[in-house]
Amino acid sequence: MSDIKKFMYINTKAPYGTIYAWESLEVVLIGAAFEQEVSMAFIGDGVYQIAKGQDTSDLGVKNFSPTYSALGDYDVNKIYVEKESLEARGLTLDDLLGLKYEDEDDDWAEKDSIRVVSSTELAEILEQQEVVFSF
Amino acid sequence: MSTLHTVNKSPFDRRALESCLRLATKGSAVLLFEDGVYGAMKGTEKSAIVEKALGDVSIYVLGADMKARGVDTSKLIDGIKVVDYKGFVDLTVENDKVNAWL
Repeated sequence: MSDIKKFMYINTKAPYGTIYAWESLEVVLIGAAFEQEVSMAFIGDGVYQIAKGQDTSDLGVKNFSPTYSALGDYDVNKIYVEKESLEARGLTLDDLLGLKYEDEDDDWAEKDSIRVVSSTELAEILEQQEVVFSF
Repeated sequence: MSTLHTVNKSPFDRRALESCLRLATKGSAVLLFEDGVYGAMKGTEKSAIVEKALGDVSIYVLGADMKARGVDTSKLIDGIKVVDYKGFVDLTVENDKVNAWL
């Protein structure tokens, strides 16, 4: 059995009402240093975490949404967003951050990290994971 | 007795918004803030109950919380008014009491 495990971080909450979103992102970035195979899923209100156009300057709290752009540099480039959750909230892929990564197996071509998947597809992806953290 | 109702939880996560709109009497004011601002967006599974309530109650949303969450004014349900923190204070003063739904 390989030392590399499939890690999945499931994000279910909106970004600023609770600390879960920020804590999850910190754990993912720390965990990424251990060279595991990391994926993230955004479901339910979690999809709001990666909405574009966030500006917390009037709130006096940190806007951590730009930090999601760093995930690609840590080889976290499988970011699954549940289609049904987006639709329930009147959102589309265009409303989300344009997260990218450079594919080392394809001459470092820039590619999109976000993949919108159905509940059925996501269920299958979750089934394949070896370690799951839910926030 | 006029009432200001406040809702600070996402309508997809909790039932606070639905309870509030079901029980707020005609002429009441409802302020959506923090994660409650998601309830002010059009085109969602919860938009219809909010649109229906607008006939009876005035609905306000806190601009700073919209901005933090990337919710643009263009995404709001027609008839919902954006207020700043001063507007929030004014609403509490204009009404006899506040009912903070959790």
